[in-house]
Amino acid sequence: MSRSCSRWGHIHLTLRSGPPGRVSKGGRSHPVCSPSFETAAARPPQDEVGTWVIRLAGAVLISACVAIQATAHAQSPVPYGIGRPATAEQIKGWDIDVRGDDGRGLPPGKGTVKQGEELYLSQCASCHGEFGEGNGRWPELMGGKGTLTSDDPRKTVGSYWPYAPTLFDYIRRTMPFTAPQSLSDDEVYAITAYILHLNDLLPADATLDAAALVAVRLPNRDGFIEGDPRPDTASPPVPCMTNCRTTPPKVTSDLAERLGVTPSRKPKD
Amino acid sequence: MAIDDRTEVARQVAAMRATSLPVLTGRRGLLAGAGAAAAAGALLHPKLALAKGSENLPPNVPDWTRSLGAGVSDKPYGVPSPFEKNVVRRNVEWLTATEQSSVNFTPLPELDGIITPSGLCFERHHAGVPEIDPAQHRLVIHGMVARPLIFTMDDLVRFPSTSRILFLECPANGGMEWKGAQMDGCQFTHGMVHCCEWTGVTLSTLLAEAGVLPEAKWMLAEGADGAAMTRSIPLAKALDDCIVCYAQNGERIRPEQGYPVRLMVPGWEGNVNVKWLRRLKLGDRPWHHREETSKYTDLMPDGKARQFTFTMDANSVVTAPCPEKPLKFGKGFYEIRGLAWSGHGRIKRVDVSVDGGNNWQTAVLQEPVLSKALTRFRLPWTWDGAPALVQSRAIDETGYVQPTIEQLRAARGVNSIYHKNAQQTWRVNPDGTVNNVQIL
Repeated sequence: MSRSCSRWGHIHLTLRSGPPGRVSKGGRSHPVCSPSFETAAARPPQDEVGTWVIRLAGAVLISACVAIQATAHAQSPVPYGIGRPATAEQIKGWDIDVRGDDGRGLPPGKGTVKQGEELYLSQCASCHGEFGEGNGRWPELMGGKGTLTSDDPRKTVGSYWPYAPTLFDYIRRTMPFTAPQSLSDDEVYAITAYILHLNDLLPADATLDAAALVAVRLPNRDGFIEGDPRPDTASPPVPCMTNCRTTPPKVTSDLAERLGVTPSRKPKD
Repeated sequence: MAIDDRTEVARQVAAMRATSLPVLTGRRGLLAGAGAAAAAGALLHPKLALAKGSENLPPNVPDWTRSLGAGVSDKPYGVPSPFEKNVVRRNVEWLTATEQSSVNFTPLPELDGIITPSGLCFERHHAGVPEIDPAQHRLVIHGMVARPLIFTMDDLVRFPSTSRILFLECPANGGMEWKGAQMDGCQFTHGMVHCCEWTGVTLSTLLAEAGVLPEAKWMLAEGADGAAMTRSIPLAKALDDCIVCYAQNGERIRPEQGYPVRLMVPGWEGNVNVKWLRRLKLGDRPWHHREETSKYTDLMPDGKARQFTFTMDANSVVTAPCPEKPLKFGKGFYEIRGLAWSGHGRIKRVDVSVDGGNNWQTAVLQEPVLSKALTRFRLPWTWDGAPALVQSRAIDETGYVQPTIEQLRAARGVNSIYHKNAQQTWRVNPDGTVNNVQIL
C-alpha cells in the first residue's frame, strides 16, 4: 500500500484553486456553491477506529466562490482527502449483499412456498420453466443430482450450489432478468422458498425467513475445494526441443471444420 | 464462455456430432495443388474476391489520386476503413439464450501488435450494457473500513493516476474445446482475451483513503449493471496491483468495457475485473456469491469443484496461420505469428512446432514484453506444401510450461469449462487451408 503521499495530509493551510465551487486542501474538500454534490454542509467525519479528524471549516465566499478551510489533523491517516464520507443512508440503498455461508446481510421479511409459486409462475417460469426445468438454453433451477461426475453434469441449486442464502442474494440483485431489483424482500423470500421446494429442500407448506434460509443445507455444500491446486501439470525445467515424440502425432479430433457451428465459416461438405 | 447453459450446449454439440458424422466422409483431397490453394483462399476471404477490379492498378492512376478526399472532421470520431468491415467481434448464437447475457469474441487473427483496439475487445455481459451517466455514477467503499467513502468520477480522476498495459481473459476462453476441437476459427477458440492500456487510480490508494481495518481479509466488488455482478477478491490481491480504471487505450472506457469505471485485476480471470464498478465492501470472508459458486468454479472428474481459481495460467495461440488465415500463396515463405500471455507475469519464451510437437523452434518475442500483457511472437517459416501441425508453447517467467490438451485432461477431466490453456494445434492442409484439430 503506497503511503508515499501521506505527507499531504499534513499540509493544512495551503490555499489552492480547485475545481469550480470547490477548494482543494489537505483535508477533504467541501463543495461550497455547487448544488450537484451529495452534501452541501461541511461536517467533521468520524474516524471509526477512534481517531477524530477535527476539521474547522470556514467558508468565505468571494466573487469566484472560494472557501478557506482550516483543517487540523490529529494523526490523520487520510492520504489525500478526496471523496466524501458515505452516509448510512447512502450505503443502505446499495448494501444488498448477502453472504452465502452464514446469510449475513439477509433482510427482515418472509415468504411462503405457496406465495413463491404464484410469483415464480408470473416472473420466472417463462425462462426457467414451470418446474424449474429451464426453457431452451435458459438455466434450469432444479434436478441434476448425481450428474456431477457424469459426461453431462447439470449444475442447479439442488445439485451444485453450496449455499442457500446465495440464491436469495442472486435473485434480489438481478432477477427477474428484464426487471432486476424490482422484487420486494418478501417476494424474494417467497421465490427462494419455491425454488428450494422444487429441489425437495423445503416442504410445500414452508415459510422462509432469514433464519429458515440459513438453516437450509444444500446437498453440494461440501462439494467445493477452496484454494487453487494449480499448477497441476508438469513443467519440465528444460522443455524438449528435438525428436520429442515417441510416436507420430495422431489427430484425435478433427470435426471442427465440418461441424458447421463456427460463425462466419461454412462447413466443408 | 461463462455461459449460462453450458450443459445444453454440450447436448447440442453432441447432437450435431451425431448427425453430421455420416456426411463427413472422404471429400478431402479434391482441392489439391497451388492453384486450388489460391481458389480456396479466395473462397475463405470474400474481400479478395471483391478486389478483382484492376482499374486502379498501375499503370492506371487510381481514382483516389485524381479526386478530393473527405475533409477534417468528416468523421469527428474516426472509424476503420470500410474495407476492414470484416474485422469485427462475433458471437456464437447457439451458445447462449440471449445476447444480454452472453459473450462475443475478439478477432485475434486480424490484429497486429499487442494492443487490442477498444471497439474490438470481446464483450461479456450478464445483463447487457448499462448506459451510465458519469455525473450520476458513484463508487462506494464501505464495510470493514475506518471511513466509508463515496467517490464521484471527478474524485477518482483527481487521485494520482497510473497506467498499465494488461491482458484480460475470460476463464472460459477455449472452454468449448475441452471435449474436442469444435470451433474452426481462432477468433472463437481464443478470442475471449484482449489487451489494452488501462488508466486509473490504484485500488490500494483508494483503500488507504478509506482505511482498511485489520480484520478485513476479502473485498466484494459490485457492478452497477442490471446483474449488479459481484465477486469476492482476497484483500492481498486488492492491495497488490489492482487498478480502478476510468480510461482504456487513452480515452474513457467504452460502455461495453465498464464505462465509466471498472476494476482491473491484473492476470486474474476476467470475471473478477468487475465493470461499471459501484461498490467495494471489505469483509473477513468471501461472499460465495453466484458467480463464484454456481459459475466460475472448475468441476473435476470426482464431482468436486475448484473454487477461487483466479489466476490465468500461461497460454498462447498462433494467429497466422489459423483457420481464418490460410496459407494462400502456396509453398514458400510465411511468418508464423501469434500471441502469448500469462497471469503470473512475463512471457519468457515461446516455442513453435510445425510437426505436432516433435520438434520445436524458439520464436522471437516482439518488444515490449510486459508482465500480464499479451506478448507477440513470430517465427520465419518456409512451407514445403506438405501437411503440417502448427503449435505454440508458452513458458512464463515462473518456468510454467503451457500444457498439452492431454495433460490438462489427465489433471482435470473434460467438465471443468474454465481455465483451458492447452497448446492449440492448427492442421495445415496441402491446399493451404487450416483447421482446428486436437492431437495425441
